[in-house]
This record gives sequence, structure tokens and C-alpha cells, in this order.
Amino acid sequence: MAVIDLANPTRFLSLVNRVLPWLALATLIVFVVGLYRAMGAPDDYQQGATVKIMFLHVPAAWLGMLGWALMSVAALGTLVWRHPLADVAGKAAAPIGAAFTFICLVTGSLWGRPTWGTYWVWDARLTSVLVLLLLYLGVLALYWTAEDPGRGSRAAAVLTLVGAVNLPIIKFSVDWWNTLHQPASILRMGGSAIDPSILAPLLIMAAAFTLLFFTLLLAAMRNEILRRRVRTMRLMQAREMPA
Amino acid sequence: MNLGPHADFIVAAYAVTAFVVAAMIAWVTLDHSAQRRILGDLEERGVTRRSQRGEP
Repeated sequence: MAVIDLANPTRFLSLVNRVLPWLALATLIVFVVGLYRAMGAPDDYQQGATVKIMFLHVPAAWLGMLGWALMSVAALGTLVWRHPLADVAGKAAAPIGAAFTFICLVTGSLWGRPTWGTYWVWDARLTSVLVLLLLYLGVLALYWTAEDPGRGSRAAAVLTLVGAVNLPIIKFSVDWWNTLHQPASILRMGGSAIDPSILAPLLIMAAAFTLLFFTLLLAAMRNEILRRRVRTMRLMQAREMPA
Repeated sequence: MNLGPHADFIVAAYAVTAFVVAAMIAWVTLDHSAQRRILGDLEERGVTRRSQRGEP
């Protein structure tokens, strides 16, 4: 099967039905390994056992941002090429990205209280991630409330592309402004500043979260394609009914 | 495993994450069942998509 064939929703559905069970199994296995390694990781010399929150917080933050980046590519597909599968991908990714961003904010808050002495502070990193969550909710509102799905999709795609400006702001906020949030310690020039005994479980958990993200995304895309088929069939049924 | 003096925060973080992940899994699973059921009902009533009409 050529990659271009996947642009056909029927062929895409057939591929998803074959791939999804294996992807779900891989997600489960990597999560079990990741959680086992996370629970066995040593305490941090400053933060103690609260460093275990990092194994949830950091992957959730990455996937919250990855979700928006994927939606931005999908938005280009919707606006430039008007491809229905691009719109399906954008709509399916929005609630999943929002959920990961929510996890990032809540776990960050629960990590902040014992570490910084406060659940929340309006610094650039925390505020820009909160803005990301609000942007996700805005896109979802456009998708879910538009009377004409096509118009709602185009409006959501425009908001997605405008909101993509927030991604570099989130990433570099800790460098551009003086923040309570620590600067980058994993993806930075000069390599990771984290000890391998903590970095290894973090990367395994990041892989598990990424697999979970794509498992949910494919499942949600499959549901969205089926929902559009239902809508089409109902419209045809309504047209064929005698006046 | 000793989670130290801040065990409540660690447990709360894992509990919230588990709840949100479980909710997402439930959402995609239940939504899939619902869409399949509605499609089945429509097909039983003889409603087909235009692309299906040419099929034998």
C-alpha cells in the first residue's frame, strides 16, 4: 500500500483496524515497563520522591505541544488542500491534546506545591501552557458548536494556525523571561542535565505516553470517519424521503 | 517504596493522570460502539452511501 493510498478514508480505516490492537498492546507493555522503572528510580537529592511526578508531567507537556503541532499540519491540509482526512485528524487530535495539556498543568501544580511552595504562579511558562489549554478549548468549541461542520472546521484550522505561535513561546519562555519554572534540562544544547538513573525511566514513560497518544488519535480518527458516514447517510435518507 | 513527606502530592498526580487516561480510553471505546451501532441501524433500514451503491 502506497502512503498516498492512506489519504483515502476507507483504506485508512482498514489500516487502522489492523494496526490499532498492536499499537494498544505496545502502549500497555511500554507503560508497564515505564511505571516499574519510574517507581524504582532513586529520589532526587533536592526534591526527594516528588521527582516521580516528573515522569508524568514532562511527557504530558511534550504531548500537549505535539498535539498542537500535529493539528497545525492538519490545519494546513484543511485550508490549503481541503483534504477531509486532514480535518478528521485535526478534530480527533484536539480533545486528546487538551487532555494531555490538562494533565501537564495539574501534575505541574501538584509538583510545584512541595517544590516551590505554591500551586500556581503567573510566570511565562505556566501562563503560556494555560493559554495552550484555552486554545484547545476554543478549537473544540468551534468544532462542536458550528452548525455547518465545514465552516466550523475552517474556523478551527485558522485558530490552530494562529495558536501555533504559542508553541515557541512555551518552549523558550524559560529562556526569554525570568521564570520560577526551571530552564530546559533534557532538550537543551550540551545534552541532558538529568542523571541517567532518572533520565532512562523518563524517556521510557515519554515513549509510553507517545504510543498512548497515537493509539488514541487513530481510534478517535476512526470514530470521526464513522461519524461522518453516519451524517452522510442521514442526509441521503432525509433527501430520499417523500415530501 | 517510601514516598516521603509529600506522598499525597505524588499519589494525587498519578491518580489524576490515571483518571484522565481512563476517561480518554472510555470515550474512544464508547464512541466507536455508538457509531458502529448507528451505522448498522441505518444499513438495516436500507440506507447506503453513494459509493456503496455500485457494489454487488
